[in-house]
Amino acid sequence: MSARRRLSLGERLVIAAPYLWIGAFFLAPMLLIAKISVSQSVLARPPYRPIFEFSDSLADIWAKAQSFTFDAYRALVSDTLYLESYLSSLTIAAVSTLITLIIAYPFALAMARAPERLRPLLIGLAAAPFWTSFLIRVYAWIALLKDEGLINNALMALGLITAPLQMFATPGAVVVGIVYSYLPFMLLPLYAALERQDPSLREAAADLGASPAQVFLRVTLPLSREGVVAGALLVFIPAVGEFVIPDLLGGSETLMIGRTLWNDFFSNHDWPAASAAAIVLVAVLMIPLLLWERARLADEDDAR
Amino acid sequence: MSAVVSWAQRATLFVGFVFLYAPIVILAVMSFNASRLVSVWGGFSTKWYAALLENEQLLHSAKISFAAALTSATLSTLLGLLAAISLTRFGRFRTRFLFFGAVHAPLVLPEVVLGLALLTCFVAFGVGRGFITLVIGHVTLTMCFTTVAILAALRDGDPALEEAAMDLGATPFGAFVRVALPQIAPAIVTAYLLAFTLSLDDLVIASFATGPGATTLPMRIYSQVRLGVSPQINAISTLLLAIVAVALGLAALVSSRRARRDGQVMTSLARAPDNAS
Repeated sequence: MSARRRLSLGERLVIAAPYLWIGAFFLAPMLLIAKISVSQSVLARPPYRPIFEFSDSLADIWAKAQSFTFDAYRALVSDTLYLESYLSSLTIAAVSTLITLIIAYPFALAMARAPERLRPLLIGLAAAPFWTSFLIRVYAWIALLKDEGLINNALMALGLITAPLQMFATPGAVVVGIVYSYLPFMLLPLYAALERQDPSLREAAADLGASPAQVFLRVTLPLSREGVVAGALLVFIPAVGEFVIPDLLGGSETLMIGRTLWNDFFSNHDWPAASAAAIVLVAVLMIPLLLWERARLADEDDAR
Repeated sequence: MSAVVSWAQRATLFVGFVFLYAPIVILAVMSFNASRLVSVWGGFSTKWYAALLENEQLLHSAKISFAAALTSATLSTLLGLLAAISLTRFGRFRTRFLFFGAVHAPLVLPEVVLGLALLTCFVAFGVGRGFITLVIGHVTLTMCFTTVAILAALRDGDPALEEAAMDLGATPFGAFVRVALPQIAPAIVTAYLLAFTLSLDDLVIASFATGPGATTLPMRIYSQVRLGVSPQINAISTLLLAIVAVALGLAALVSSRRARRDGQVMTSLARAPDNAS
């Protein structure tokens, strides 16, 4: 690592506002959450003892630190609810990401190969749902998936089924909701990657005797890798922490980490447990991000 | 080959757009259903729209949501611009990792965690919750998105242009304002719109950060959905969709005009060497 440098006065003025903001409204609250996570459950409602004060001597601080408890963290491991919700969130998010990719790829390909004058219109149409309310789009699916909803009614009218299918309030409904709501996030990076490809590469492969399937598998697909990765991350990461979709479509059976946190905080009032789970989640999610930024900075140094 | 491809292409596009739009269209149709039930068509009616206009709670929430979105998008675009400048132009300053991590964290954190952190903070310091805390929550949530959007544009820009301006006697600030800022203007607009929609759409942070006086529209819609499906929600959703559609249509019109004008500029530039020779 090269030496860190000091900021000039002008630079300090520029960075002050965003730094103060995230310090006051992100870092400080996260520290507070960390503190609650080691507080005792009974005392875990405001103002959360033990609280350090400026007048505290070192001995006071040590005495108060003695009362820290890692019960909440121990409970995370022993009580399987959090572990189960976390694993179930990861599974639902992974399945949804895969299905989104399978739906979005041909869609993006068709958009990217459309005549050039049509493309802006197609992108606009694909992005427009993103600008309409997320909650409203999820809400629209309730009317489709319910027992007396439109899909069941249509299937029964066609005589394909005799009793309504249980679709609403299942993990499957959550997957449908996530796929539908996050489709634009997958579609747009894929489109960008596919549209950039040089058509002469495909022509060259075809001239050299590759079948259309070979051209796709050996030219188009590998060259769109960045779009696939970007789209998958944009769908997977928010889907893991999703709250609204499982709450509206998932029923009480579907465990997802966002909802478990919410319930523990608002219904069970177990703030230390929710805080400990939040802290673990932050650590798990932030480490890859920081490692990635470190690698990028190292690459920049190499490039110099 | 091309005829077959274009047939498959059309089918794919058709199926894709049906999937994207069918739920929205059904919602809009249902808003004109006289019956309260989703499954029964009770004839065409605009009564839910009439009921909506008398629903002062809902209208008040809509106002709160728009005001919060305007305020927080403005603040978060400004803060995001400053943060992006810091991350691209200041090199490896001390605490860069902390700054980078904290700025990007809300991108990967579940909103519930951020909401939880903010709420405990407000409660611990005895801050009364309302419009101001709502804006604080939304700025904290959207700032990472505006930072990332502007950061990408600043990284793509050519630093040589700013250096040239400084060689010609511009101050770093002057060079930034007159050279880099125009280059990243589209990214700033995108960042603002992104922050605006995120704020307008947000349910989770708002539930944690706001108080009884400042209930946002998504919160109102959410509680109504939980109580049972109300056709009034279909009506307000359709209205919002119509507003978005008109705005997008206008934007498309403006940008196609501009594209045509730019196209003319480009063709005349392309012809310029011919004229010169």
